[in-house]
Amino acid sequence: MTQLTFTLKQPLAHSLDCAQLTPDLLKGLNISQIGAISLHNQRVSDLFEITGDDTENIIFKNSSQYFDNVGKNMTFGSITLEGDAGAYLGFGLKNATIHCKGNTQAFAACNMVSGLLKIEGNTGDFLGGASSGLRKGMRGGTVIVKGNAGDRVGDQMRRGLILIEGNVGDYCASRMIAGTIGVLGSVGEYACFNMKRGTLLLAKLPKLHATIQDCGTHTLPFLNLMFKSFKPFKTQFSNIETKRVQRFVGDAACSGNGEILLVSHSS
Amino acid sequence: MIINGVQIDETFAEAFNMRGTRVIITAQNLKWAYHAANAMTGFATSVIGCGVEAGIEREMTEDETPDGRPGVSILMFAMGSKVLMQQLETRMGQCILTCPTAAAFSGIDSDEKINLGKNLRFFGDGYQTSKLISAKRYWRVPVMDGEFLCEETTGMVRAIGGGNFLILATSQPAALAAAEAAITAMKKIPNVIMPFPGGVVRSGSKVGSKYKTMFASTNDAFCPTLKGATNTELSPEIESVMEIVIDGIGFDDIAESMRVGIQAICDLGESSGVKRISAGNYGGKLGPHHFKLHEIMSGHKL
Repeated sequence: MTQLTFTLKQPLAHSLDCAQLTPDLLKGLNISQIGAISLHNQRVSDLFEITGDDTENIIFKNSSQYFDNVGKNMTFGSITLEGDAGAYLGFGLKNATIHCKGNTQAFAACNMVSGLLKIEGNTGDFLGGASSGLRKGMRGGTVIVKGNAGDRVGDQMRRGLILIEGNVGDYCASRMIAGTIGVLGSVGEYACFNMKRGTLLLAKLPKLHATIQDCGTHTLPFLNLMFKSFKPFKTQFSNIETKRVQRFVGDAACSGNGEILLVSHSS
Repeated sequence: MIINGVQIDETFAEAFNMRGTRVIITAQNLKWAYHAANAMTGFATSVIGCGVEAGIEREMTEDETPDGRPGVSILMFAMGSKVLMQQLETRMGQCILTCPTAAAFSGIDSDEKINLGKNLRFFGDGYQTSKLISAKRYWRVPVMDGEFLCEETTGMVRAIGGGNFLILATSQPAALAAAEAAITAMKKIPNVIMPFPGGVVRSGSKVGSKYKTMFASTNDAFCPTLKGATNTELSPEIESVMEIVIDGIGFDDIAESMRVGIQAICDLGESSGVKRISAGNYGGKLGPHHFKLHEIMSGHKL
């Protein structure tokens, strides 16, 4: 079996909802059946050149920022985007893997439950956040971002791990309920705004607001466990060797018990 | 059967079903891991008076422990799951939580989970935080030396307790020296502990007593000072008897530990003063697990 590959024939001028092109929904279909699926009143075969027959492992070639909802609610298999992705990449992802080799738009890993989402480029706002109306964002799984992320990373995040090698925007970990976010680059203003619990692991200290309190520098044994768990993802976080961190706690404005752990790393 | 001049009685050790768990204790260095582990396994020689039987299974290197610090693994056994859970929580709270730099982790996987740090976390008075790392939940409890780190649960498995053998020697020093040699060898076997002081017990018991309030009393048939006063099991030259009791995760683990222990004694030879190896049982009617000495020492598959 060869991977099921969708190669975009013509560049898109508008967004395309790709939610139907997941291993869950394509299981058991042959190429002609897949080609007959309608996306925005266009047949999939009109939009894509389709090859391969392994619906559990899907590749999008020539993908662009207009590819919305890629991997939505998928529960098994893998999707690889050899290009950019649009909004809501990995929405509700559960026990599956998505690898985007380009950039993505906002709301990547929104409502994610488990699995792995890897983004080689940059991603937009609300990474790992909640969809409109929900009070809990990402509930599990791992997100790796090699580039930068926008504002509100991990907004209302409930559980899981987000590792960002680049910079992030403002309001990182805002309203965070639990989980872990790591950022090796710079962080914008108002980090941990209204943070309840959880950990924001940073390599550079951002400008903190008054309700984030410095608790001093400590050697924390649990960092051994946490850094060991980062190793399989082969990120620059594996280069962190120190177990000594400066600990900040907040957001005191909402009686929060979240923390910023500031480490120095050798990369 | 005679091995190197030492007689192996044709008898068996009778053992019972128990519930067991393993906990990994780590600390800043091995010295403090032992302080914690010794406290936790203290007063845990027999379920009769201690609730549980516990002991240190082995040392663990930094590469083997979850948090990359030196540690030791502890095995703990009880007659039922409820007692095991109660004792584990009590001992965790009083011995590990209190010990500087100590942390505790699950040492055994099982579908049945029992609390390790699940309730201890409330010592944090709301400042405790949890971390879910690689599908395991850990609790970080702020304490005066920094943070107490503890996994939320550990596994509970079916186990066996009461494997044993008796060392019959011509003198007390000879019996003790043989017991020490056996314990040294047996400590290399995984999944077992010898819960009594130094791994050795001198007060083997029989079921019942002339006193109504006692349900166990001295094993007079093996007491050398009663040779002329009771229905003795000892020949005239026997002056001292020591017992080694073994608890383990599985039947084969206990059998193997008995084999290496008895072999270590036999290797000392007849000149060491050890004349016989025997075992304690209740006629085979109480315990479902029978460790037959001849089969164990002849290498037969049990």
